[in-house]
Amino acid sequence: MSRIARAFKDLRSRGRKAFVAYAMAGFPDTRQDEALALSFLRAGADLLEIGVPFSDPLADGPVIQRCGELALKAGGGLKRALELVAALRPKTQAPLLLMSYCNPPLSMGISAFAAAAAKAGVDGCIIPDLSPEEAEPWGKALAAKGISLILLAAPTSTPKRLAKVAAQASGFVYFVSVAGVTGANQGLDQHLEAALTAWRKASPAPAVIGFGISTPKRARQAAALADGVVAATALLKPVLESSDLHAAAGMAKALAKAAHGA
Amino acid sequence: MPAVEELRDAWLASRTDKGFRAELAHVLKTYAGRPSPLTFASGLTRACGGARVFLKREDLMHTGSHKINNALGQILLAKRMGKTRIIAETGAGQHGVATATVCARYGLKCEIYMGEEDTRRQALNVFRMRLLGAQVHSVQSGTRTLKDAMNEAIRDWISNVRDTHYLIGSAAGFHPFPSMVRDFQSVIGTEARAQMLSQAGGLPASVVACVNGGSNAIGIFSGFLADRKVALLGVEAAGDGLKTGRHAATLTLGRPGVLHGAYSYVLQDAGGQISETHSISAGLDYPGVGPEHAWLKDSGRACYTTATDQEAVEAFQSLARLDGIIPALESAHAVSAAMKLAATLKPRQSVLVCLSGRGDKDVNTVEDRLAAAHPKRAGRA
Repeated sequence: MSRIARAFKDLRSRGRKAFVAYAMAGFPDTRQDEALALSFLRAGADLLEIGVPFSDPLADGPVIQRCGELALKAGGGLKRALELVAALRPKTQAPLLLMSYCNPPLSMGISAFAAAAAKAGVDGCIIPDLSPEEAEPWGKALAAKGISLILLAAPTSTPKRLAKVAAQASGFVYFVSVAGVTGANQGLDQHLEAALTAWRKASPAPAVIGFGISTPKRARQAAALADGVVAATALLKPVLESSDLHAAAGMAKALAKAAHGA
Repeated sequence: MPAVEELRDAWLASRTDKGFRAELAHVLKTYAGRPSPLTFASGLTRACGGARVFLKREDLMHTGSHKINNALGQILLAKRMGKTRIIAETGAGQHGVATATVCARYGLKCEIYMGEEDTRRQALNVFRMRLLGAQVHSVQSGTRTLKDAMNEAIRDWISNVRDTHYLIGSAAGFHPFPSMVRDFQSVIGTEARAQMLSQAGGLPASVVACVNGGSNAIGIFSGFLADRKVALLGVEAAGDGLKTGRHAATLTLGRPGVLHGAYSYVLQDAGGQISETHSISAGLDYPGVGPEHAWLKDSGRACYTTATDQEAVEAFQSLARLDGIIPALESAHAVSAAMKLAATLKPRQSVLVCLSGRGDKDVNTVEDRLAAAHPKRAGRA
């Protein structure tokens, strides 16, 4: 059983929802990114996403965009993300997920990337600009190395589309909470619940909700609808705005508590 | 994705819908001013001393460039899909102006994303868009040029997908945009081919167009793809020079990658991060290129060359003086390459250039550049 499947099974047996925390390779710099990621695990994160900063982050709002610009200047990128996963791997049994836009891994070559990710200890990959139509070669290359390809779904996804996602998704499905970008602050989309119901009919894979999980209240609401929540902007914002790593860990703790209690 | 599928279906349906095609042909004729003329560039031809040079005059279209062809096509689709709000990205501002124009004409809300750097370089077009009732967002992220404007427009579309149509102006981006934009621009090639036969007495030896996203080029090339003897030449922006790293020559120096949902050539670093670009033309400043151009390059059907900022400015001046036409700086890249090519050919041969836009928007840029090069001659062009 994969680390991801085991993590969700354990949580389920304890009647808990998952809290997934996002850290970024090279943010705030390549000396402190590991400490920040570890602090999220200590705060109660069940799974950890390591973001690869990208020059053109289409799905990200202003906070993650700015973090990415700083991370790239500090030497972040796919190479650093793989180093970070390798450094974290011996220190945690939590699933480690790499979140990257298509082009950095593609530039390395999909097979070479899958091999390097497996060697570093990556359990799953989230590629926000990869549609299920284009996912097959990625899914195959990653599966050959024991890595899950985690696809995204949205409140606007039709049942037909969800079936397409379900046919290729492994690990879990990443539901965005809104038609929007990361850091959106408009509340959960009114069609989200219906889309999640449709997902459950399409697939046994857990559903985790991300984008706009900005407060413990929002985390609780979202976690109640699904199998877990992801937080990114809320965690990195205190570091971006006031270099406050403690506040980031404090936010992680509050969000974890809210998600776990939902 | 449902919105992309909806758009794809609407576009595919429109291709065979006689009512749609008749309506588009009607507005292209009565509103945009089609067909655009074919002009024999007698001055350039004499100066080059080789092949006859013909210009396909997209600069004479309403709003000043070929961009209106695609904007009209897509606005009719948006109306059919029941969208109430239009967004677009723009580099030089020509596509933004075309989009703002069709939105004014059809009564749709219009918001344009433009890199902060480009709003400065193309201030006249920003004002034109505002006059037309559009809201212009100055994009401050990333390199503050076209690709960042496109990022921001995509983010807007993701966030407002239910009521908004994203009117992409280039033959780039995700499917169906590259194919759909080519379709709407193919009117250039269809007209130009017939005009060459009737006015020039035969097909050209070569068709030359500037390429960045590549919408005017794919539009004119599409008319000649089946004519295997007609060479197709795309001209990319070499900026300060290919060796300086300050250019936008994606097909010439890029490698395959994914940008804005299209797998094509991309200017990128070793780690797959998208590169910064440079061109004197705000409209030739994108680090990607339409995927059909990548295919034309790889298949050998088209060739791609480059022109530097300096060469474009020289061609800009030449066409103004020799034929009384001030071209857009984008189109001046094509003029530059066409002049070099024409000089190597025989007088019985001809070269067809897509003059994609007019240069009013660029006169300040050229004036500044000439003043910097010759401080004492400032104002004398």
